[in-house]
Amino acid sequence: MPWLTILIAVPLAGGVLVGLVPTRANTTLSKQIALGISLLTLVLTAVVAVQYDPGGGPQFTEDVVWIKFFGAHYALGLDGLGLSLVVLTAILTPVVMLASWHDGDHGRWGASAFFGWMLALEGLAIGVFAATDVFLFYVLFEATLIPIYFLVGGWGGPQRTRAAVKFLVYSLAGGLVMLASVVGLYVESAKAGPPSYLISDLARLDISTSTGRWLFVGFFVAFAIKAPMFPVHTWLPDTTQQATPGTSVLLVSILDKIGTFGMVRFCLGIFPEASVWATPVVVVLAVVSILYGALVAIGQNNISRLIAFTSVSHFGFIVLGIFVLNSQGQNGANLYMFNHGLSTAALFLVTGFLIKRQGSALISDYGGVEKVAPMLAGFFLLAGLSSLSLPGLAPFVSELLVLVGTWVHSPVAASFAVLGIVLAALYILLMYQRTMTGPVRPHTAHITDLVPREIAALAPLLVLIVVLGFYPKPLLSVLNPTVRETLSHVGKSDPAPAVDAGAGEGSSK
Amino acid sequence: MSVPFVVTIDTPHIEYSLIAPLLIVLGTATVGVLVEALAPRQRRYLIQTVLALLGLLAAGVYTVLVARDLGILGGTSKTGKVVAEGALAIDGPALFLWGLVIVLSLLSVLLFAERRLEGGVTAFAGQAAALPGTEAERQASTQGLEHTEVFPLMMFAVAGMMMFPAANDLLTMFVALEVLSLPLYLLCGLARRRRLLSQEAAMKYFLLGAFSSGFFIYGIALVYGYAGSMGFAEIANAVSSRTGGHVLLLGGMGLMAVGLLFKVSAAPFHTWTPDVYQGAPTAVTGFMAACTKVAAFGAMLRLFYVAFGGARWDWTPMFYVVAILTMAVGSVLALAQTDMKRLLAYSSIAHAGFLLTGFIGARSLNLIGEDDISAVQAVLFYLVTYGFMTMAAFAVVTVVRDAGGEATHLSRWAGLGRTSPILAGAFAFLLLGMAGIPLTSGFTGKWAVFAAALSVGAWPVVVVGVLLSAVAAFFYVRVIVVMFFSEPLGEGPTVAVPSVMTMLVIAVGTAMTLVLGVVPGPLLDGLGNVAQFIR
Repeated sequence: MPWLTILIAVPLAGGVLVGLVPTRANTTLSKQIALGISLLTLVLTAVVAVQYDPGGGPQFTEDVVWIKFFGAHYALGLDGLGLSLVVLTAILTPVVMLASWHDGDHGRWGASAFFGWMLALEGLAIGVFAATDVFLFYVLFEATLIPIYFLVGGWGGPQRTRAAVKFLVYSLAGGLVMLASVVGLYVESAKAGPPSYLISDLARLDISTSTGRWLFVGFFVAFAIKAPMFPVHTWLPDTTQQATPGTSVLLVSILDKIGTFGMVRFCLGIFPEASVWATPVVVVLAVVSILYGALVAIGQNNISRLIAFTSVSHFGFIVLGIFVLNSQGQNGANLYMFNHGLSTAALFLVTGFLIKRQGSALISDYGGVEKVAPMLAGFFLLAGLSSLSLPGLAPFVSELLVLVGTWVHSPVAASFAVLGIVLAALYILLMYQRTMTGPVRPHTAHITDLVPREIAALAPLLVLIVVLGFYPKPLLSVLNPTVRETLSHVGKSDPAPAVDAGAGEGSSK
Repeated sequence: MSVPFVVTIDTPHIEYSLIAPLLIVLGTATVGVLVEALAPRQRRYLIQTVLALLGLLAAGVYTVLVARDLGILGGTSKTGKVVAEGALAIDGPALFLWGLVIVLSLLSVLLFAERRLEGGVTAFAGQAAALPGTEAERQASTQGLEHTEVFPLMMFAVAGMMMFPAANDLLTMFVALEVLSLPLYLLCGLARRRRLLSQEAAMKYFLLGAFSSGFFIYGIALVYGYAGSMGFAEIANAVSSRTGGHVLLLGGMGLMAVGLLFKVSAAPFHTWTPDVYQGAPTAVTGFMAACTKVAAFGAMLRLFYVAFGGARWDWTPMFYVVAILTMAVGSVLALAQTDMKRLLAYSSIAHAGFLLTGFIGARSLNLIGEDDISAVQAVLFYLVTYGFMTMAAFAVVTVVRDAGGEATHLSRWAGLGRTSPILAGAFAFLLLGMAGIPLTSGFTGKWAVFAAALSVGAWPVVVVGVLLSAVAAFFYVRVIVVMFFSEPLGEGPTVAVPSVMTMLVIAVGTAMTLVLGVVPGPLLDGLGNVAQFIR
């Protein structure tokens, strides 16, 4: 059974169906069909996830030669990291659809187009996470830009056109730099024999040190723009400010993960030597991202921009975890990708509900909302706390692991990165305080509480955040083998403890 | 007693069956001229259209037959044959380019023959000899006159385009260059609307074109001085044996390159392109942009790979510079354009730069692995993708109109996505293709030329190429923004309903862009068989 092809094809075909079938008279039907297809995809993903064997290496593999002369294969497969992100995509899409039920009604095109693009995006994103061929990955990576471009440009704030173009140009520039490296890989591969773009073949390739480093840079730049890292993050706040909350979730929680996913899969997987070589620079950039993102977030008055900057900070943690090159950091980073997806989605959606009620995204336009909309305030607080990594909520585990890994790698970097936690508390709690607490202001008195649909959209996210906060083991056991494999490929093993277990026990007595 | 002095002249041996496609097209053109002389005026349009289509179809079918007879089609033989006393080389690339030129010309005939958009007449001047703005011109248009000579003119140009990449000596190549150019000069000046602009374009193209031909023939003279022969095989021998007079060779190569680079509109010989593309009737622009580039790149490949292949190290640096310059000029200047036809013209300059990127990837055959992509293969593939995209894009330009004819100003395209989503969607897709977004043929083409260039270590060109692709993407996206995200200005554009012919061109071009983007494999495999020149 070609499970992964089905997982890609179902939402893609659904997207075409929903987008093209004219249901102008009854857009509710389009929405219901779209939601149904995304739920079907979720069920299919669950079936795949249940069959997955954590210790079994790449699974559900498919491999068909696509373009012989390019060495390109239609090759799919899942490892732990890929599976976790596919699952994340499958969970978030129906949630976002439910949360943005009416957001598509007032756009440039009809609501059916809105939901159609979302489904198309889901299919392409799953394809990106499942691709085991660099060429296929690149094609899908670039193809995801089209739906998100139209989603940003079609529905959202007044400056959405500009935001969409900025997003597209940034992403295309990154993608084209990567194209040079992708073509370079082909040339290297063709030198060694029949060209092949399969990651497994490329990983075995003997690339000369300097070539490898140049090719690495091409990939890394594209992924850094995608992630986004300081100093190429500026497109993200502009985009989320204009996009609908649902689009922002798809963008930040799913698509930006392609950046960090790509760093693990391609930078570390194909250029282990260059990755070790680049570590110092990347670690510094990651720490700068953490602190810069957090500091700027504190200064924001626009809620959507604020969340975008928190994401810059969080992506700093993820990149840091990847490039400290030890199992704690990598496990943390991989886990963080999943958890950040959940917590940021919750935060974007709940603030989106708030913004929709008031018609303003400015923090200064709010105050005392918790008195008139207690449920909304409660969900907001919980989402916010998960974003600042409160112990007991899912992101805490991952952030802690990243910091532990960073400490092992470099105590200096860790001591700077840890400041990010303090700053996170500031930006989240200040935002909560300014919007939710205090006396009810005249223009906030009309704000109504969440309706059942909105609660239904948020609840699964928050349940997952709490459950994974206390019991992250299922996810970690899936991710761990992948981490071990990546690290052994890079040629790094964890430093042995300085004090062995027995001696430690003895001295404490 | 005087012995009678006997002179024996061998009759030249011409392989008529192998060059039949060329002869068919030339024959069609000649018959077309006779039709103009003999057929009554009202019937000419129909006769000429059908004649041109049939002639091209016959030539196309015959090309396939020739390819099959030579074993190139089945892949049993890769060599081909030198015919007509060494004047023409019928090999894989030549036959492939014949096929491509014929198919693209078929589409052009459909655009030429479009009559519904101008209310029952073609887009060509009613009476070219009438001065713009005079009584004679008004009379010509009220009488519904039209020049059906455009069809035979076009057939002559097509014949030249087929001869150009197949030419196997310098003289044939020059003759082909002129045969393809002269009708084009004339066609450029035949627009029904904005005639002054059109005539200016024709004049400009003619003067500069004549000038570049001068360069070309001077180069021929120098190369002849160096090699002592016009034939490519002899020149190649002379080049690889490094006979004296290297300066002659360098000068000759440089001057000939000027002539060819002019034809493919590469910088710094590109300045005619925007003006001519804008002034010429759009159908002619499409034909020129697609077919001329195909033919000229074919000729360039043969000249530099076959005749000057041994001097590769001498000419590659020059093409490095030209390729970078061309991509830069095309992409950067396109940013400032507000006219759709000028924008497409600059885009076509940028494409010439990308083609040149592939062109510099020349390698010795023994260095190319079995499944490895060769430069010839890459360039030919890119030409296919480019030809179809361009043809369809110009076809779209012909149908977006207002009261004054084609509405080519960019601002007039605002809101097109709302009024005619299908056409705007097709055009957006073509633009994405030109920008090189994956799943379009533009991407696979770009990939192929970059791979070819990187294989010879030309990474500076490739890096510049990808960066400029990003710049280029910006102006393509800008058009999409205007069409889909902007409110229409005033009346807004109207999309005239064209006849099935123009629709067919748009549909074929768009479909090819999609198909070659998703499954380029079969074409690339096929090109692997044909991409070998003979000497």
